[in-house]
Amino acid sequence: MKMFKLSSKDMMLMLVLSAAVLTMPIWLVPFGAGYPDLMQKFAIFGLFAVGFNILFGLTGYLSFGHAAFLGVGSYTAVWSFKLLSMNVLPAVMLGTIVAGLFAVLIGYVSLRRTGIYFSILTLAFAQMCYNLAYSVLTPITNGETGLRVLRDDPRVLDNMFGVVQEGSPVGSLFGVNMQGYPGFYFCAVMLLIGFFISLLIFRSPFGMKLIAIKSNQNRMRYTGFNTRPYLLIAFVISGMYAGLSGTLMAVTDPLAGAERMQWTASGEVVLMTILGGMGTLTGPLFGAVLIKYFENIFSAFNESSLLEIFSFLPEPLQHFVVTIVHPFVGEGWHLTLGALFMIIVIFLPGGLVEGFGRLSKKFKSKPTQKSE
Amino acid sequence: MDAILLQILNGLDKGGAYALIALGLTLVFGTLGVVNFAHGALFMLGAFCAVTFQKILTISVKVKDESVTFFDAYKEVPYLEIWWGDTGLAIIDWAVPLSIFMAIPVMLLIGLLMERGLIQYFYKRTHAEQILVTFGLAIVLQEIVKSFFGANPIPTPAPDIVAGSAAVGSWLGLSDNIVYPYWRLIYLAFSLLVIFAVFAFLQFTTFGMVVRAGMSDRETVGLLGINIERRFTIVFGIATVVAGLAGVMYTPILPPDYHIGMDFLVLSFVVVVVGGMGSLPGAVSAGFLLGILQSFASMNEVKSIFPGIDQIIIYLVAVVVLLVRPRGLMGRKGVMED
Amino acid sequence: MGNNIVLDIAYVDKSFGGLQALSNINLQIEEGKTHAIIGPNGAGKSTLLNVCIGRIAPDRGTVTFNGELITGKQPHEINQAGVVRVFQTPEIFPELTVLENVMIPAFAKRDGSFKFNAFSLLSDETDIVADAEHVLDDMGLLGQSAHVAGSMSRGDKRRLELAMGLVQHPKLLLLDEPTAGMSRADTNATIDTLKRIKERGMTKVIIEHDMHVVFSLADKITVLAQGMIIAEGAPEEIRGNPKVQEAYLGESTDE
Repeated sequence: MKMFKLSSKDMMLMLVLSAAVLTMPIWLVPFGAGYPDLMQKFAIFGLFAVGFNILFGLTGYLSFGHAAFLGVGSYTAVWSFKLLSMNVLPAVMLGTIVAGLFAVLIGYVSLRRTGIYFSILTLAFAQMCYNLAYSVLTPITNGETGLRVLRDDPRVLDNMFGVVQEGSPVGSLFGVNMQGYPGFYFCAVMLLIGFFISLLIFRSPFGMKLIAIKSNQNRMRYTGFNTRPYLLIAFVISGMYAGLSGTLMAVTDPLAGAERMQWTASGEVVLMTILGGMGTLTGPLFGAVLIKYFENIFSAFNESSLLEIFSFLPEPLQHFVVTIVHPFVGEGWHLTLGALFMIIVIFLPGGLVEGFGRLSKKFKSKPTQKSE
Repeated sequence: MDAILLQILNGLDKGGAYALIALGLTLVFGTLGVVNFAHGALFMLGAFCAVTFQKILTISVKVKDESVTFFDAYKEVPYLEIWWGDTGLAIIDWAVPLSIFMAIPVMLLIGLLMERGLIQYFYKRTHAEQILVTFGLAIVLQEIVKSFFGANPIPTPAPDIVAGSAAVGSWLGLSDNIVYPYWRLIYLAFSLLVIFAVFAFLQFTTFGMVVRAGMSDRETVGLLGINIERRFTIVFGIATVVAGLAGVMYTPILPPDYHIGMDFLVLSFVVVVVGGMGSLPGAVSAGFLLGILQSFASMNEVKSIFPGIDQIIIYLVAVVVLLVRPRGLMGRKGVMED
Repeated sequence: MGNNIVLDIAYVDKSFGGLQALSNINLQIEEGKTHAIIGPNGAGKSTLLNVCIGRIAPDRGTVTFNGELITGKQPHEINQAGVVRVFQTPEIFPELTVLENVMIPAFAKRDGSFKFNAFSLLSDETDIVADAEHVLDDMGLLGQSAHVAGSMSRGDKRRLELAMGLVQHPKLLLLDEPTAGMSRADTNATIDTLKRIKERGMTKVIIEHDMHVVFSLADKITVLAQGMIIAEGAPEEIRGNPKVQEAYLGESTDE
């Protein structure tokens, strides 16, 4: 088997990232983010965004259907918990594979068109899946209420191995309860593996070909490439990442609901990818972490806490500021998200990575100016 | 036979809404080349124009309720009723249709602001970016509405006189049992009227002619020295008003809430794609067709064979059309064919 | 022991709506030769080229390459068979570097129409890089390897176009007006480059307007006018051919 001779830069990146992720419980504490639930979200959505970037960032194909794969992964994982075992490994593997199969189907059909037609096709499929999950396939999905793991579920494999579930069912990795910090570490490891794979793709001929497809697909065809399988593979890979994220959601909280599959939920991952910098290696991960972090902060505010924060202002001004800020926090987080979306697309389409790039160029050019 | 007629009628008024929204979408896409994911939000804003107008009309004051004698009771009485008595009440009753007069300038203003303030900067940018920024705008708009009006649907009733049902069956010489709500018939007529007005405008005015020319061949129009971009604002304004009007009149049929925009948006895009992107007659026909199709799919007989088909029929049709005939039912050859 | 017929265009017709773009085109390209196709505007030259690379399907007739039927095949299949087209308006990959632009066709040549090589690293693909750099050197673009292709001058982009075609070692190179819009100096440079390739025995079909280029390079010339072949032969024969002169003069008096 070929050894991956990554450049030293890339090795450094992997090491630094791994260290940063695995020590999150420590350094996130001063940010008020060092607790398992939130960190799990970082890892799960980071993974989702990294995978989505492989399709959207590299090939430029905008899919609104990836939330469907997330949902499929969730449901599959929960069914695995119900039918096979509370062990998370079968759940994760099955969820990812089933999501991949869905991606093959949907991708095969959707990729017969490009551009906006492709996007609308994925949109149509996503809504179809959502509607099916919500009201038609209720025996499988339990519709509006969502699918839960029950104590008296069959769990064939567990029974075979004599594993007994005490208390309410919780995902476990060979006896280690997957809620709390162990759950986070499991997700973190998945994230790092997923990131590593995306790194390989970025540095491979395959990745370059995907970027070339985005640059000029027509030319690729006349240069001798059959672009369809490339696109389908990129689609399926990103679908599997989405599926994996879905399974991790179920692992850390054994519940699956249909609202995860709405096409508007796909919008969130698009924002994460763009915010961070679509097509960049690390951008989407940053985007995901930032969005989830600020969502956590912003949603927690309400009118009274705002009044408290701005209490240093004189009263009329205080009320004025709170009235303006109020719609943007708490339940109004979506408003902030939408506005952020617009701002990024209008002013910084290259995302934060582009922003940092520009800033660092400014700093780098200064010394040469001085010396002249 | 009765059931079929009912389903057709059922489908036609929903189809009317689809057709109107799709009409605006196609106008904007065909003329400006912009994919506007905020178009559904315009429908929603129109609906909330009606809501706002109704709220304004019913601004009330607490008045002592004389009919209750054994304690002091108060009731809310609208100012209009106080000032103008029965006429005032009648005005309130007719809030929804009257709100058209408020909606048109308001939607026009919104459309102008949107086009000048945002859309015009995206003419040269990719469709993906247009989708994303208008998607963001749609979310912002709906969240603003949500923060003002709350998350629950707000009932906006039709005028009393048309609140009942018409004996459609007996009109057409069919069974007397077929009845259909008056307002929905009015909606159907209204949507046809608006559609007709738009087509007449495009067909019979010079402005309209330029727009049509621009839709079929932007480059040539430009080469002929016609500055088509100046007309974009007006076209966008028209599209906005059409969507808004569709929303205003739909309120008695479906009490509006902040997310009806998104709900209708996906369906509208599907309609546009089925009808043929860039084809106005296509958009309109597809709107009505899909409305009827969806209606038939919700018939119990159909649902018993294919459970849940009503939820997904439109998407299935879109998928099939996109694969088999990508330019849609009436799209012109070469319009974004890949 | 005649020369091998590499490209055989037989009985090709093509009409667009009411316009007959090509009528009964019969044309054979011999191996190793440079064959020029000339004719006034609207004669159907580009249409013919598009038929050969699979962009347009003819109404009637066939195009055979080395015995294999290529009409009806997908563009990538035709390219893989060895037919490479150099575009008139450069169709490069603007976001990629110059080197990457040439590496892509090199990959297509080596790996075929599809290969999932996600497990090798670009930095390991030394043969591909060497191939690409060799061609870039040939075209005088090696110094710009790391530049982003989109920022190149138009002339450089055209040379890059040619490089992208050459790196695939085509069996048949189709050049669509390679010197259109070029300065005299650039045109001469292009002629020199094409002459060098000629020495390596590559079969070429050139569509051209510039007679100087045509007469410097062509072994054989076919003249198209209004979708039909009106003359064919060695350059000297074509030069004095009255029908050809009429076709061109007729065009210029209209202007």
